[in-house]
Amino acid sequence: MSTIVRLPNQQDATLPKRSYLNSEYGLKSWLLTGDHKRIAILYLISITFFFFLGGAFAGLIRLELLTPMPDLVASDTYNKLFTMHGIIMVFLFLVPSVPATIGNFVLPIMVGARDLAFPKVNLLSWYLYIVAGIFTVSALVLGGVDTGWTFTTPLSTHYLNTHVITAAMGVFIAGFSSIFTGLNFIVTTHRMRAPGMTWFRLPLFVWSHYAASLLMVLGTPVLAITLVLVALERAFGIGVFDPTKGGDPLLFQHLFWFYSHPAVYIMILPGMGVISEVISTFSRKRVFGYTAVAFSSVAIAVFGFFVWAHHMFIMGVSNYSALVFSLLTMLVAVPSAIKIFNWAATLYKGSITFETPMLYAFGFMGLFTIGGLTGVFLGSLGMDIHLTETYFIVAHFHFVMVGGMLMAYLAGVHFWWPKMTGRMYPESLSRLAAVTTFIGFILTFFPQFVLGYLGMPRRYHAYPPEFQVLNVLSTAGATVLGIGYLMPMIYMTWSLKYGAIAGSNPWQATGLEWQIQSPPPTENFKEIPVVDYEAYDYEWLANKTQHEVTTVG
Amino acid sequence: MDSQTVAARHQDEIAHHEGEHPYYLRHHFETVEQQKEAVSFGMWLFLLTEIMFFGGLFMAYLLYRNWYYDAFVSASNTLGIGLGTTNTAVLIVSSFTMAMGVYCSEMRNRRGLMLSLAATILLGLVFLGIKTIEYHDKYTEHHIPGANFSIEDFVHPADKRDTALAPDMAQHAQIFFFLYFAMTGMHALHMVIGISILFGLLYQASKGAYTNGHTSIIDNFGLYWHFVDIVWIFLFPLLYLISRHPLH
Repeated sequence: MSTIVRLPNQQDATLPKRSYLNSEYGLKSWLLTGDHKRIAILYLISITFFFFLGGAFAGLIRLELLTPMPDLVASDTYNKLFTMHGIIMVFLFLVPSVPATIGNFVLPIMVGARDLAFPKVNLLSWYLYIVAGIFTVSALVLGGVDTGWTFTTPLSTHYLNTHVITAAMGVFIAGFSSIFTGLNFIVTTHRMRAPGMTWFRLPLFVWSHYAASLLMVLGTPVLAITLVLVALERAFGIGVFDPTKGGDPLLFQHLFWFYSHPAVYIMILPGMGVISEVISTFSRKRVFGYTAVAFSSVAIAVFGFFVWAHHMFIMGVSNYSALVFSLLTMLVAVPSAIKIFNWAATLYKGSITFETPMLYAFGFMGLFTIGGLTGVFLGSLGMDIHLTETYFIVAHFHFVMVGGMLMAYLAGVHFWWPKMTGRMYPESLSRLAAVTTFIGFILTFFPQFVLGYLGMPRRYHAYPPEFQVLNVLSTAGATVLGIGYLMPMIYMTWSLKYGAIAGSNPWQATGLEWQIQSPPPTENFKEIPVVDYEAYDYEWLANKTQHEVTTVG
Repeated sequence: MDSQTVAARHQDEIAHHEGEHPYYLRHHFETVEQQKEAVSFGMWLFLLTEIMFFGGLFMAYLLYRNWYYDAFVSASNTLGIGLGTTNTAVLIVSSFTMAMGVYCSEMRNRRGLMLSLAATILLGLVFLGIKTIEYHDKYTEHHIPGANFSIEDFVHPADKRDTALAPDMAQHAQIFFFLYFAMTGMHALHMVIGISILFGLLYQASKGAYTNGHTSIIDNFGLYWHFVDIVWIFLFPLLYLISRHPLH
C-alpha cells in the first residue's frame, strides 16, 4: 500500500531502466507500434513539422502585408499562401494538436488503462494523418491551391484552376484520422476505466476530450461527404452546388460549417482540458466547480452543433434563422464563461506557483476571454454585418485558436514533457519563451481588431496606406511570436539529452499519470490501479493517512 | 499455508492463464467481456459516423426534392422499378444469411457459418450485378449527369398526354441523377468493401476461426452489413418510389 501521491525525491531521481522509449529499438518498432505513447510521439513530431510549415506561410503573409503595395508576391500567390496556411493550421495542426499528442499519451493513463481501446486503429489514424499531409504538401508542390481553407463553392468548383481536389482529398483523409482518434477516446473513456474510476473522478482533461471526441465522430463525416461532393462536382461538372445548374451554393455552406463550426470546439475543448489540469496543479487546489466544468464541456459540444449558420449571416439565410442562430451563438458563451470563472475561482486562495505551464495557462485565460467576447460581437447580427470578412474576424479566431489553443498546447507540452521524456526542460528559458509568446501574440493580433473595425478586409494583399502603421505593428509582433515558438522547439530538443532528470512526479500532481515512472513503462501499469479518491485531491497532505490506496508498484 | 490452499491457488493460476486469457484477448484488455463490449461499442460509434456521412447526401436530397419536385418525380419514374425491387429483395435476403452466419458462429457450426458467408457474398455480388445493369441503362439513356445529359425523356408527372417537362425544370433532373449516382454509388462502394471483407472472413472461417467462441468479429461485421442494407432500405423509396402511380 502506498499513498496516492508519493513525494519523489527529486535530487536522486534516475531514469527508469525500462520504459516505453527503450523497450524496443529501431525504426520498425516505432512505425508498427501499437503503443499509444509511441504513437503520441510520432504525432508530436509530425504535427510540429506541419506547425512550422503553416507558420512559414503565416510569416510570408505578414511580410507581404508590411507594405500597402503588393510587392513581395503576386496576388494569386498571396491567395495560395493564406489558403495553405489555413488548411495546414486547421486540419493538420489545430484539430489533432492536443488530442493526438497529449491526449493520446495521457488519456489512457489518466483513466487507468494499459492502452487505448483500439491500438491498431490509433496507428492507422497516424498513417492517415501522414497521407493527408502528403496530399496537402503535394497540392502545394504541384502549384498550390487558392480557395481559402473554406473551399467556398462555386469558386472552388468552377472558377479556379488550382489543385483543389488534391487539397480536398488531404482534408478528407485528415478527417478520418480525426474520426478514429475520437472514436478511440470515446470507447476508451466508456469501457477502459480502472476499477473505482467513476465518471466524476475522471480528470477534467478526459471530460473535455470526451466532448471533443463526440464532435469529431459526429461532425467530421459531414465534412467528408461535402468534400466528396466538391471533388465530384469539380471533376465531372455536376451541379449540386452550382447555381447555373439549379444547385445551391448555400447548401455547401450549411454542410461545410456543420462540421467546421463544431471543429473550432474540437480544437479548443482539449485545450481547455489542459488548462484545467495545469491550473489545478499549480494552485494546489481541486478545480472549483468540478461538475460544472465537466458538464460545460459537454454543453459546448452540444451547443456547438447548433450555431453553424452564424457563418452565413450575410449570405442570404432567412432573417428568422439568423435570429435563432445569433441567439444560440451567444448561448455558447455561457459554458465557456463557466469554465473561465471556475478556473479563476480555483486560483482564489490557491498556493499559486508560476511554472511555465502556468504562465501559458494564464495566457490562455486572458487571450481566450478576449477571443470569446469578440465572438459575441460577431454573433450579434448588426455588428456582424459591419465586421464580417474583415480583419476583426481574423483577429477573433486567432485569439481563440492561437491565443487559446496554441497556448494550451504549449502549456500541455511543457506540463507533460517530464512525463513523456523523463527529463525537465530548462525552466527560466521556457518562462522567457512563454512571456515572449504572449507579448508577440498581443502585438500581432491586437492591431488586427482595430484594422478590422476600421474596415480592412481579410484575404487582400494590398491595403490603403493609412492602415500601414497597424500592419507594421502586426508584422513586428509576428516576428516576436515566431521567436517565441522557435525557442521551445530548440530547448525541448536540447532537454532530451541534457535536461535534468524529472522523476515520476515533478509537479507533485495527483493524476494517475504522475503515479507511474517517467517515462512510463510500455504497459503503463504493472497492476491496474484501484481508484478510491477524487480527482485533484490536493488536500492529501492533511489527511494522507486516510487516503491510502493501492497504486502501481 | 497448507497444501490444499497451494493447490487451489495453482488451479487459479491455470485458470488465469488458460480460461480467462484466450489467444484472442488483446493484452491491454482485462477481460474478454471488456474487449467484447469495447469492440462492439466502437462498431456502433463507427456506424454513427456512417450515418452522418450519408446524412449529408440525404440533406441535399431533401432540399432539392423540395425545390424541384416535378423534375424529381419525372426522373424517378424513369428508374427501373423491377430491378430496384429485385435488388431490395436480394439485400434483405442477404441480411438474413448474414444473421444466420452470426447464429452459426455462436452455435460453433463451421459448415453453417461458411455457407452463410458464401451466400451473403453471392447475394452481394448479385446486387452489384443488377446495379451495374441499371447504371448501364442510365448510360444508354443519356441520363448520366454532366456527360451529354439528355432531357428528352422527362415528362410532366401530372400531365396525362406525356408532354415534356419545361426545359428548365427538366434540367434539374440532372440534380436528381447526380444524387442518384452519388447515393447509390456510395452505397455500392460500401457493398464492395463489405464483400471484400466477407471473402477474408470466409477464408478465416474455413480455417476454423469464429466458431471457437470468439464471435466478436462476425457479430460486428454483421452490424456493418445490416447497416449497409438499411441505407438501401431508405434509398429505395426515396429514389425509386417518388409519386409512382401504377394505373396512370
